[in-house]
Amino acid sequence: MKLVAVAGGVLVVAALIAAYVTFLTGGPTPYRVPQARAAGARSANLTLQTVAAVGSKLSPNKNWVSYLVREQGVWHRSTVWTLPANAVVHVTIFNYDGQSGLRNPFLAQPRGLLDGDTFAVDGKPMKVLDPDTASHTFAIPALGVIVPVLGIADDAKNQCEYAPCEESMAHETVTFSFRTGKPGHYRWQCFVPCAAGFIYGFGGPMQTIGYMDGFVNVV
Amino acid sequence: MSLTSHGGRIGALTVIGTAIVLPLVIFVLGPNMPPGDWTNAGKSQVFDNTVLLAVMTPFTVFILVYIGYAVTMFRAKPDEELRDGPPIRGHFVSQVVWLVTTTAAVLFLAIFGSAELFASNGSGGGSGPNPIATPGGNVLPVQVIGQQWEFTYRYPTYGGVETAELMLPVNTEIEFHVTSLDAIHSFWAYQLGVKADANPGVDNIAFVKPTKVGAFQVRCAELCGIWHGYMFDTGHVVQSSQFASWIKQQRQAFSAVQRYLPKYATTYSPDPVARAG
Amino acid sequence: MKLRRLIGFNLLTAVILGVVGFYVGWWLGHLFDAASIDYFEDTGQNDIALFIAYFTGVVGFLVGLGFANYPVQRMLGKPSSLREKETRGAGRYFGLCTDHKVVGIQYLIGIGAFIFIGGLNAMLIRFELLTPTQHGWNANNYLTLVGLHGTMMMGMMTSGIIGPFANYLLPVMIGARRMAFPRIEALTFWLLMAAGVVLMTTIAFGGFPTGWTGYAPLNDQANMGMDAYIAFFALVGLSMSLLGLNMIATVITMRAPGLSWGRLPIFVWGVVSTSVLMLLAAPVLISVLLMVMLDRTAQTGFFNQAAGGSPYLYENLFWVFGHPEVYVLALPGMGILLEILPVFSRKPLWGYKLAVTGMLGIALLSFLVWQHHLFVSGINADLRPFYMLSTELISLPTGFIFVAALGTLWAGRIRLTVPMLFSLAWLFNFLVGGLSGVFLSDVPSDVTTHGSFFSMAHFHYTIMGGLLFAFFAGIYFWVPKMTGFQLNERWGKVHFWIMFVSFNSTFGPLLVIGFLGMPRRAVTYAGYLQGANTWVSVSAFVLGASMLIFLANFVYSLVFARVPAGSNPWASKSIEWQLPSPIPVHNFDRIPTFGDDPYPYGTDAGVAHRPAVAPARPTA
Repeated sequence: MKLVAVAGGVLVVAALIAAYVTFLTGGPTPYRVPQARAAGARSANLTLQTVAAVGSKLSPNKNWVSYLVREQGVWHRSTVWTLPANAVVHVTIFNYDGQSGLRNPFLAQPRGLLDGDTFAVDGKPMKVLDPDTASHTFAIPALGVIVPVLGIADDAKNQCEYAPCEESMAHETVTFSFRTGKPGHYRWQCFVPCAAGFIYGFGGPMQTIGYMDGFVNVV
Repeated sequence: MSLTSHGGRIGALTVIGTAIVLPLVIFVLGPNMPPGDWTNAGKSQVFDNTVLLAVMTPFTVFILVYIGYAVTMFRAKPDEELRDGPPIRGHFVSQVVWLVTTTAAVLFLAIFGSAELFASNGSGGGSGPNPIATPGGNVLPVQVIGQQWEFTYRYPTYGGVETAELMLPVNTEIEFHVTSLDAIHSFWAYQLGVKADANPGVDNIAFVKPTKVGAFQVRCAELCGIWHGYMFDTGHVVQSSQFASWIKQQRQAFSAVQRYLPKYATTYSPDPVARAG
Repeated sequence: MKLRRLIGFNLLTAVILGVVGFYVGWWLGHLFDAASIDYFEDTGQNDIALFIAYFTGVVGFLVGLGFANYPVQRMLGKPSSLREKETRGAGRYFGLCTDHKVVGIQYLIGIGAFIFIGGLNAMLIRFELLTPTQHGWNANNYLTLVGLHGTMMMGMMTSGIIGPFANYLLPVMIGARRMAFPRIEALTFWLLMAAGVVLMTTIAFGGFPTGWTGYAPLNDQANMGMDAYIAFFALVGLSMSLLGLNMIATVITMRAPGLSWGRLPIFVWGVVSTSVLMLLAAPVLISVLLMVMLDRTAQTGFFNQAAGGSPYLYENLFWVFGHPEVYVLALPGMGILLEILPVFSRKPLWGYKLAVTGMLGIALLSFLVWQHHLFVSGINADLRPFYMLSTELISLPTGFIFVAALGTLWAGRIRLTVPMLFSLAWLFNFLVGGLSGVFLSDVPSDVTTHGSFFSMAHFHYTIMGGLLFAFFAGIYFWVPKMTGFQLNERWGKVHFWIMFVSFNSTFGPLLVIGFLGMPRRAVTYAGYLQGANTWVSVSAFVLGASMLIFLANFVYSLVFARVPAGSNPWASKSIEWQLPSPIPVHNFDRIPTFGDDPYPYGTDAGVAHRPAVAPARPTA
């Protein structure tokens, strides 16, 4: 009788530990960006959108800003991506969010990109963005990559309310390319204090993987 | 065996142990202590650590020898396990000797540490906005801005240019001004022997003079959020000529964003609440 | 268990009322949906609701246990229920019981359970640190693990020795039948249990990113899981201060005839000096947490530099609590050490007055050193030499404890039983811990070691190598008295040796790793440190395994083997060992009077008190 009770207790504890560990390993499933078929160097295309409110279908926090990635035409909220090593990655970001402004204006000049660190906003190549108009950034500090993303004007028409957002809604497009080097595991983040309501704009989605932070696995 | 000879043996073992360990500590371990001798701050810390180790050694040897000796020599024999030992409640002379030697050691270390701190202009540690010990003469001010989750650097004497890499000229007295834009970070340049917390709204000054060229690691040493562990960087100490050409190149490269940067200041107060959203 | 037990106030009603109270508070909090608090909408979190919910939940829990019964019944003019004064039955251990011995055992099991959870978190942290590149947990969860481990351990271990051992033994050691405030004593236990549950709910709200120190302004940015941390420490602070209050009041007012202060067992002095710290330091914690709560909910600017406040305020207030807190952790261990050494050396405590001076000296000095946590944070540079001096000075009273311990061993007849092994290991571990503390107290040296794994290894050597080893010494020593059954000595030795070796193998290298440049709480590290970290992680797993050995021994010896221990298995001359095991409900048949010698080894006095206590008839 005692043996049964003790054994039962041990099993209950083991089950609780297993549940805890399972919970801890939770997180976004990585999206493997397919290698583009092109002659010459390896390359990959990464299409992202940034939204002002992610909506309750995609997240329990419906008013959090977030990045979404397009996987085979469908937008998913995943911020862990697998990219090929020694390849050129072409990134397109559709931004549906308003302007928040960079806390450190220095981050408004892109670094770590191909083509002499230029990036294109709505098709126009630029060297630097006005920091007050930045809405988000995309940065992989360990690779030296940082790109500011222009925000839509406050009075733009047809603004997107909740993700996923359609291309017909008000947005700005940013395109750039960078080179991945040897295989590794790198974190990426946004640098604009875009988490509304949080002090310094850096709480909530800015500190949670799956929204404004994630990993880039280069394999 | 009488108790005095136990004492004699413990004393002898302590002296022998100290005689063996102390030279090893002072000459072998001490000079190889981190963070190394790349900078004046590093050298000061290494010296300080060596003195600490040297002062601690006799006490440590004594206590370890004593415990080992007591556990072996004062073991109860199997047949007399429950026989009481002698009712010794204290020994005035031993207590006084212990009190005097430990007090002397502690006071010495406190005075020595303070003297070392002043002599080395803070030993590379962040000394706040009004450090009491400053190096005279020419200093190169370098501002380190901690933000979530990257360090950037500004050189006020070079037009306030901001860079993402840290380069320092060798054999120059550097005056780091460390501040933060949001949470508390800590600028830890390991091989330089510099650590200064980055507090928002505070100008934390640390002095160092690198004497060797090379690469050093910069890590954030105060938990600042999700990417605290990833907030690291590699800095370089280079020859002055190399530094001059590097900074010129940085000013050209970042001339586009220069007009947007706020005027150089020792602290910045960005808007704490995000605009729009 | 009888059905009658289920009627009335017990743990079941407590849990039900606690959950109901939580949801009532949650609903109340959501009434604050005013348009002016628009950040709720944006952030998707309602901290006000969560704080109110925790408050009402804990109140519901305590009411469900029956803590409101006495005041309410007396206010209504009715006689109070005697349920809490029950003297028989295993059900007493699952509810409100004012018998100090029951509370002691409740503490032992309750704290043990939460320490197990904290230790599990430590294993998971070390799993993550096996390599710098492979990650088991995502970065958010890693920080929560780090925070949970530290917070749970700190909150629980403050009462880790006072809770189980002082509650059980202090009245007996001073010749009393009960504590000064028995109901408050029970309250401190249940507050701590409620606190532990509150802390674990943080994982339902996203965890917290600040580690156990909760620095501003990061704690302001954090999401709702931070509120669990705040509520936890507030409850722990309340529990701590009441526990300390109770201990001091008991020792002052309820000592038996003949027991003057100079004749108290040294364990009681340890408890008293700790209690002074608990009583004085915990309120500072509660006030700083109140300020954090206001910053997070009412958007005040205590710690917000842009609004006129200062993060320094948080750092200073927290460490004004935090430093005495770590001496709350260290002192009871010293009390146990000096209580056990005389028994197993068969000699009186050497340098009793010196040891007492040491404990009181540590208690006093601990309030004067806190800025050593802030040496490189940009504090006024003029202050640093003072705090360097005060921190170095604290090693003096600590040295008194050491010399008292060493003197007790001198010319003794040492028996290496399991409690003695743990006590000797304490001496070694605390020596390493104390010496690493001297490095940290020296400002130039601290420049490299602050915030690194050296600092972490220092406090693990003193808190785990010191306190936890003393905790186990106390368990192996006193559990036979508390339960009446022996713990298997051979398995105890296995547990000890594996724990001691793996403990040093885990934290010794961390002293070096810290000096080699690895900062704390970092989920990744430089590649050249991988080998060392893998070694440390594997050692940590072995350390965790040794705890399982202990648990197995504990459960097996007390549940299955049940070998009676007798009243004095260690042949001690202290009063608690002259009573039957377990100690009967009313402690003594007659209140004893005490002689002038708490450690009459080597004299003809026999035992420590006069007249010799006639063992009471054992009760269930």
